[in-house]
Amino acid sequence: MINIKSIYMIYYDGFKNMTVGKTLWKIIFIKLAVILIFLKYFIHDKQFKTEYTTYDEKVNFVYENLKSKE
Amino acid sequence: MEEHLVDWSRAQFALTAMYHWIFVPLTLGLGFIVAIMETIYVKTGSQEWKKMTKFWMTLFAINFAIGVATGIIMEFEFGTNWANYSWFVGDIFGAPLAVEGILAFFMESIFFAVMFFGWDKVSQKFHLISTWLVAVGSNLSALWILVANGWMQFPVGMQFNPDSVRNEMISFWDVLFSPVAVSKFLHTIGSGYVMASLFVVGVSAWYLLKGREEMFAKKSMIVASTFGLITSLFLVLSGDESAHQVALKQPMKLAAMEGLYEGRTEAGIVGVGILNPAKTLTNDEDPFLFELEAPYALSLLGYHDIHAFVPGMKDLVYGNKEQGIITTQEKMDKGKLAVKALEDYKEAKKANDMVKAQEARVILEENMRYFGYGYIKDPKDVVPPVAPVFYAFHIMVTLGGWFTFLFAALLYLSMKKDISDYRLLLTSAIWSIPLGYIAGEAGWVVAEVGRQPWAIQDLMPVGIAATKIATTNVMISFFMFATLFTLLLIAEIKIMTKQIKIGPNGGH
Repeated sequence: MINIKSIYMIYYDGFKNMTVGKTLWKIIFIKLAVILIFLKYFIHDKQFKTEYTTYDEKVNFVYENLKSKE
Repeated sequence: MEEHLVDWSRAQFALTAMYHWIFVPLTLGLGFIVAIMETIYVKTGSQEWKKMTKFWMTLFAINFAIGVATGIIMEFEFGTNWANYSWFVGDIFGAPLAVEGILAFFMESIFFAVMFFGWDKVSQKFHLISTWLVAVGSNLSALWILVANGWMQFPVGMQFNPDSVRNEMISFWDVLFSPVAVSKFLHTIGSGYVMASLFVVGVSAWYLLKGREEMFAKKSMIVASTFGLITSLFLVLSGDESAHQVALKQPMKLAAMEGLYEGRTEAGIVGVGILNPAKTLTNDEDPFLFELEAPYALSLLGYHDIHAFVPGMKDLVYGNKEQGIITTQEKMDKGKLAVKALEDYKEAKKANDMVKAQEARVILEENMRYFGYGYIKDPKDVVPPVAPVFYAFHIMVTLGGWFTFLFAALLYLSMKKDISDYRLLLTSAIWSIPLGYIAGEAGWVVAEVGRQPWAIQDLMPVGIAATKIATTNVMISFFMFATLFTLLLIAEIKIMTKQIKIGPNGGH
């Protein structure tokens, strides 16, 4: 039966012995930093969920956009 | 809504989705190819198969690592650029995406670690199960997002709530088992399996042409060409069902796919054709400069009946009394009633007039299925761009035919002869790798450009779905995403080719 220490050692040894994996993890971290920090806070900073926080605000915003354009 | 803003918002989402679809199919298919190879290793105990499994697993990991989280950007875009859409779809989108994240992604991630780090640390059986679960997990991720997309093409299982101005799911099972969602899921994952098979046979072909890793390449070729042939044939069946669903639920898309302006019975499929750029809905120009048609095939494909009437774009816009097709103008009138009824309902509720509110609600519900038509300005606007849809469809099908032949030829020659002697075929296998990606992207062009002008078929046009934000913001983010994704793609190609050059004897 696998115990917690064994599980930990699988990850520890795995990460320690990575070769191409090290490069991939660097890319993953850079990518996540760009996506989750830079893009989220500088490009997609104005999110519908955060600009209109209450239920009524959301409903009213969308309703105004759905009203007849004529 | 300013037209440029809508077009840039469209372009931005299309760019993100198409780049995302470069990474995803290889994950979908290579996961299973690796699992098959490891199964052979466990059954035979052959170290050769273990080495092969680990090599392809490394390439799987590279693709997975580069591609992971690229889909998150689309979620951000929903919130910024498509606010009306993201609220209007209610929990229809939210539920499948939540399940995707919680179940599928975590399952992939947990067993991914065992798959890579668990060699010789966990039992062979547990390791093999982990590899299969990574493959299954990635396909489960695809299921939920394709269910969401299927709902956009054929909205079911919901009821529109005028108080919240959003659609509320009333039947999760109707959404999950919608025939459009099911056929879309099967066809899309099938395309991933074919693309992965092309990748493996292409890389194996490279080794054979270089005179390297002969045993490894030949065995990989047999596994991948078998998997590719089976899944290519599956793709034909699932594609047939997808086209049948399109005929029933999105006939305008089918008409655009075939450049069919005038509907007819016993309609043929254009096997090869060049559209006449001068042809429009209102003139009498010939739709084609050149065409080769397979008779009866479109009626058969669309309706499983060689005598069936297939409506053309003109029938769907101007109506066809004989075939029971109402005009787009009638749909627009019903749509306007629905939109007005929503406003009347809101006003009545504000004034606390429950009688008027109820009357308005009845009109809204009677006309809700044409709600989106209330925003269409001209009946001709419901026709999608014909050329991209037509050519994308024909490119996809033609390439699909080529892939089937390629897999069959490679499998036969690998089993019966010495495949190394067939250098032209091996070279064509290498070049078929990018063709696989082109076919996959072409399929998405058919699905999504063919859906225009709708964000949600008949309920919400793209122009209403988009948020009013500054066009320059969208343009800036478009070019930023293009740069980011291109850099990721270059990184993937560089790391992959380096690993391929190292070969199966390299580390991971």
